[in-house]
Amino acid sequence: MNAPTYTPIRTTSVDQVALEARAAELGSRSIKTSSKRAALHLAIRCIDLTTLEGADTPGKVASLCRKAVRPDATDPAIPHVAAVCVYPEMVAYAAAAVAGSGVAVASVAGAFPSGLSDLDVRTDDIRSAVADGADEIDIVLNRSAFLSGDLSKVHDEVAASKEACGDAHLKVILETGELGGYEPVRRASMLAMAAGADFIKTSTGKIPRAATPAMALCMAEAIREHAHQTGRAVGFKAAGGIRTAKQAWHYLVLMGETLGPEWLTPDLFRLGASSLLNDILLQLAKLDSGRYSGPDYVTID
Amino acid sequence: MAGPMADDPTPEFGLDYAPAPESTAVVHLADEYGLFIGGEFVEPRSGRTFDTINPATEDRLATVAEGDSADVDRAVAAARTAFEKHWSDTPGTVRARYLYRIARQLQERSREFAVLETMDGGKPIRESRDVDLPLVAAHFFHHAGWADKLEHAFPNRNVAPHGVVGQIVPWNFPMLMAAWKLAPALACGNTVVLKPAETTPLTALLLAEVLQDVGLPPGVVNIVTGAGDTGAALVEHPDVDKLAFTGSTGVGKQIQRSAAIRRLPLTLELGGKAANVVFEDAAIDQAIEGVINGIFFNQGHVCCAGSRLLVQESIAGDFIERLKARMTRLRVGDPLDKNTDVGAINSAGQLARITALVASGVDEGAVLHQAPCDLPDRGFWFAPSVFTEVQQSHRVAREEIFGPVLAVQTFRTPDEAVEKANNSPYGLSAGIWTEKGSKILWMAERLRAGVIWANTFNKFDPASPFGGYKESGFGREGGLQGLGAYVRDAGANA
Repeated sequence: MNAPTYTPIRTTSVDQVALEARAAELGSRSIKTSSKRAALHLAIRCIDLTTLEGADTPGKVASLCRKAVRPDATDPAIPHVAAVCVYPEMVAYAAAAVAGSGVAVASVAGAFPSGLSDLDVRTDDIRSAVADGADEIDIVLNRSAFLSGDLSKVHDEVAASKEACGDAHLKVILETGELGGYEPVRRASMLAMAAGADFIKTSTGKIPRAATPAMALCMAEAIREHAHQTGRAVGFKAAGGIRTAKQAWHYLVLMGETLGPEWLTPDLFRLGASSLLNDILLQLAKLDSGRYSGPDYVTID
Repeated sequence: MAGPMADDPTPEFGLDYAPAPESTAVVHLADEYGLFIGGEFVEPRSGRTFDTINPATEDRLATVAEGDSADVDRAVAAARTAFEKHWSDTPGTVRARYLYRIARQLQERSREFAVLETMDGGKPIRESRDVDLPLVAAHFFHHAGWADKLEHAFPNRNVAPHGVVGQIVPWNFPMLMAAWKLAPALACGNTVVLKPAETTPLTALLLAEVLQDVGLPPGVVNIVTGAGDTGAALVEHPDVDKLAFTGSTGVGKQIQRSAAIRRLPLTLELGGKAANVVFEDAAIDQAIEGVINGIFFNQGHVCCAGSRLLVQESIAGDFIERLKARMTRLRVGDPLDKNTDVGAINSAGQLARITALVASGVDEGAVLHQAPCDLPDRGFWFAPSVFTEVQQSHRVAREEIFGPVLAVQTFRTPDEAVEKANNSPYGLSAGIWTEKGSKILWMAERLRAGVIWANTFNKFDPASPFGGYKESGFGREGGLQGLGAYVRDAGANA
């Protein structure tokens, strides 16, 4: 094996029981109606509105992009989402659809969702997506290398991906459900950040075990430690299984109380989701009308 | 990257949660409360009353009777009559039924009790709702299970109840301490005279309503409110068969003197100055949370509070920095607000004591850091505080402050950690933070503390005995050991 190319990472162990207890405690914060609108607007501004299906077509992406730019045609006060997140083939269509709107285009790349292709293939995938107009690239961490202990390889691949991104922002998906617990997630977080990730992200959404608040807390604590050690603020993206406004609110609380209010911006916090936006829109309508209407009163895009 | 639009109309959202106060509408307070003797509320013979206030607002909540020795005498007589006439002969299965009923009623009325506990004592509703009241119900349920199984609890012994038990509970966990005392006493067939603390009598009086509702026979539990003199009258009463006290070490010593003269069975649960020991190999972020919980839970009004932090010198600088950062996120204020982490100090007297001890720490050269927070104008408040540069000889490292004040010291080796942790007149609790199991066991064998938590703090369970060494008292509450304090050996098998 080659000599390690990364600086050995100082980090701490993680206590599962206490971590989960703290995450649950933060879930019990309550919010009154007066702050709810600001919270829901913030959640929308942090969404990566996502479609990652083999059946995606230019038509499907166009529909999603319209929703991203103008979530509710009847209420211009509702902000646009942070980004649309699509497969590389769809980037050009998405870039055209959101051009000038302020919505970014994010693309998964690098043999998503396994990451198990030759590194050159993966970096070419990234370069091609960026060339097509992607502002942000979501790659997966090489779990195979991580779980077999080849941390240098993991590090170098992330660094190579970062280089391939050029000016585009790099999000590294850890796929926490495959790493085997909080401690490996903490180490993987530190590793990805040391290698240059702009964001670390929980999940691909392609396996059943997706984001949980405790996992998010674990990664947020790693981000806090990285910021403490290096002074660099890395973003966090929760993805997979986030469907309700209440869940989104829990993540906002968790980020704010762990990392501080400066993390509560789309530059440092994202929610990867597809159906979440509609629940938020229904909750916003409820603030005005007092009623939670139904799925036929929001558009399915 | 495309960020939010510069002209975004959305107001900036911070974590200034809007107030989410728990409604006090569930609580129906009477204007005046008498003493609960013989199953009903009676006027005090003393003719004296006192007001109990909400420490977060200084508003008067109710007027409460102040029992004198004549009132205590009447309560003890009622308890004696109940014991002689029926309770001592009541089968365990029937006593269990009453305890189950009490537990269920408390669960049903849990919100009401939690809100009143917070109003009268100042603790955050999050704690009274999520910690105190669930534990209260759990203690009654647990001891209901023991009531008809005493021969299994104490095999090869012929045990009998003591008779009339005098119980004095403190103001920091008024309902929980009452439950810790009442449940085992009743399970074992004793009758009780309970004296709640002067500043927090209301939930005990609400409990009296529950006891009436469940049909507990008159006189089995009597509640005499009052201050120190009332407690002294109960301690000195010649017809009390056993005493149980939770409170300060100073008062505990007086009680022990009195009980010793009469060879009266006694359990004391007194003060503490617990060390929370954090090793360099601990899960640091969770240790921070644990240290915060250890000292700021219930404003530090906790006998087993982790009021001394012993952190390994190799990580001390970093750890203290993180601790201070975490303190900035504590939410201090209205205890009824569901988002509040740290509530009001229980009384003006306690606030004065905390203030004086903190001043002594500054005088002696320790460095004080306080969380930045806006404290309300009315009520009793103290900002969460941490002392660094604390030496073993400082008063803030020796004396129980019983407030939100942490004293931080460092150690180099496990041996030094044990030596410093044990070098205290107290020995109630301790915390160990390390990911190494063998180190936890090594430490636990050497720490002179009745309760030791590993990688957690302030966790309670009715099955787990709680109590101290040295000036933290003797006897245990909870578990078989706690149950054992409420029976005596009755000699030859009847």
